[in-house]
Amino acid sequence: MENFFPLFKREFLGYFRSPVAYVFIVIFLLASVGCTFFLGNLYDSNQASLDPFFNYLPWLFLIFVPAVGMRLWAEERRSGTIELLFTLPVTMVEAVVAKFLAGWAFLGVALALTFPLWLTVNYLGKPDNGVIFAGYLGCFLMAGAYLSVSCFTSALSKNQVIGFILGVVICFVLVLLGWGVFTDVLASFLPASLIDLISQIGFVSHFQAISRGLLDSRDLIYFVSAIVVGLSLNTLVLNARKAS
Amino acid sequence: MISVSKLVKEFGAFRAVNGISFDVPKGQILGFLGPNGAGKSTTMKMLTGFIEPSAGTASVGGKDIVKDSLAVRRQIGYLPESAPSYGEMTVSEFLCFIAEIRGKRSAAVRQAAEAMRETCDLSAVWNQPIETLSKGYRQRVGFAQALIHDPPVLILDEPTDGLDPNQKHEVRNLIKNMGSNKTIILSTHILEEVEAICQRVVIIAHGGIVADATPSELRQQSKFHNAVTMKIAPDQIEKAKALLSNIGGVAAVELLGIDNDTLRVFPKQGEAIALRISELSRKENLSIHQLQVEQGRLDEVFRKVTKSDNLNQKSH
Repeated sequence: MENFFPLFKREFLGYFRSPVAYVFIVIFLLASVGCTFFLGNLYDSNQASLDPFFNYLPWLFLIFVPAVGMRLWAEERRSGTIELLFTLPVTMVEAVVAKFLAGWAFLGVALALTFPLWLTVNYLGKPDNGVIFAGYLGCFLMAGAYLSVSCFTSALSKNQVIGFILGVVICFVLVLLGWGVFTDVLASFLPASLIDLISQIGFVSHFQAISRGLLDSRDLIYFVSAIVVGLSLNTLVLNARKAS
Repeated sequence: MISVSKLVKEFGAFRAVNGISFDVPKGQILGFLGPNGAGKSTTMKMLTGFIEPSAGTASVGGKDIVKDSLAVRRQIGYLPESAPSYGEMTVSEFLCFIAEIRGKRSAAVRQAAEAMRETCDLSAVWNQPIETLSKGYRQRVGFAQALIHDPPVLILDEPTDGLDPNQKHEVRNLIKNMGSNKTIILSTHILEEVEAICQRVVIIAHGGIVADATPSELRQQSKFHNAVTMKIAPDQIEKAKALLSNIGGVAAVELLGIDNDTLRVFPKQGEAIALRISELSRKENLSIHQLQVEQGRLDEVFRKVTKSDNLNQKSH
């Protein structure tokens, strides 16, 4: 993995070489704060917690994470730099992991910049900061799972927009699977054990478990394996299509 | 240094490279010629580890291109066709990135990049994003990227494509000067380029090798090899034509030129006929204004060997 760091650095700094990254961060912050205050009614709830913020993030990520991931491979394939990349002494795994982690780190930066919300609730009351930390961890892990899906869909096409749309669709399905409203509908005609299994596959139940402050190793393993599955598919697709 | 053995690449049902074999010794500059779609780029992509062969093997510096792909890539500097690079990076950022990937660390990174700034004459655009550069500069950046780790083997896919004549000349000189201690394979469509820098030419067509020779050997295959072109006083033209046709070793005499004052004499199988022609003209008092012996034409040989009806016998 000797070349991991140069690849990671190039990719991570690459986000900041174009104005898109700044636009992205600003819109993400506005949207997340907007959701927290206007949809989540942070003030009216009279509770010093960031639950209103964390409840909307799975939906915001649905748009934002595929937007961060869409260029990772599609752009390499469109511009032909993938030929340069894979004729340098770089392994496929190195490149896939470096790109993924660069995107994840960028999402981490965006997430960290929501810290004024944390300051606000600490100013207004006495929240359980352990739970808030768990909530951020859950968000970060979920962003990673979304991003691994987006890396995979980005490798499918030379067109970033196609990668983006496929990423949104797949992530949307994975969110739906664990979403209460959707599973209630399914519960009307499917047995409960099956419903349970289906919601276990989705992102949301694991995210909610973590963000409630229950750090269960099963949820961590779930997200890590979701990332591994996404990146493995990514590698398979690249091996098959890098030269086409 | 490079050894290719029965290399095959299939894309679905299409066979892009059909079992080609050749060796390139250390220090040789090999020109890779062929019509578009002949399999030149595909072969280069296999040698540089970008795609895996469907069958056959090749080695670079003794390392197998499939089993030891990373070791092969470390020895190669590769300029892909149309020199792709990361457009949003500046020239200096890009070359530093490549230097890091090529294993340079800390101060050596800048040093390697700066050395390329001189070699490839990139000072004027050093801090500009690559996407804002002209084609010629982008090509030079691609060249710099391939040379930055001083590799023993260079593989260049159309290195002078898109350059103006002066830049072409510079790049050729650069390649020629490096040839003494590097093994180089370059593909090109420009035949004069092959004449100028390559010690050896491999022509491929439809995935197979149809010629493998030095440029001068190839020229000898031309029907123009040792042909004599002469300008003669108009009133003697008919007489000269008849006389020349009867010399031993002459295959044909052709009338050329807008003023019908030029004759081209083709020899049988490249025989040297110039001396006999000059003896004859002295004896017959022909007044010759100009006389030129042709070396043979690569473009004609190129067309001859890459035309599909010649393929059956050569590539089985």
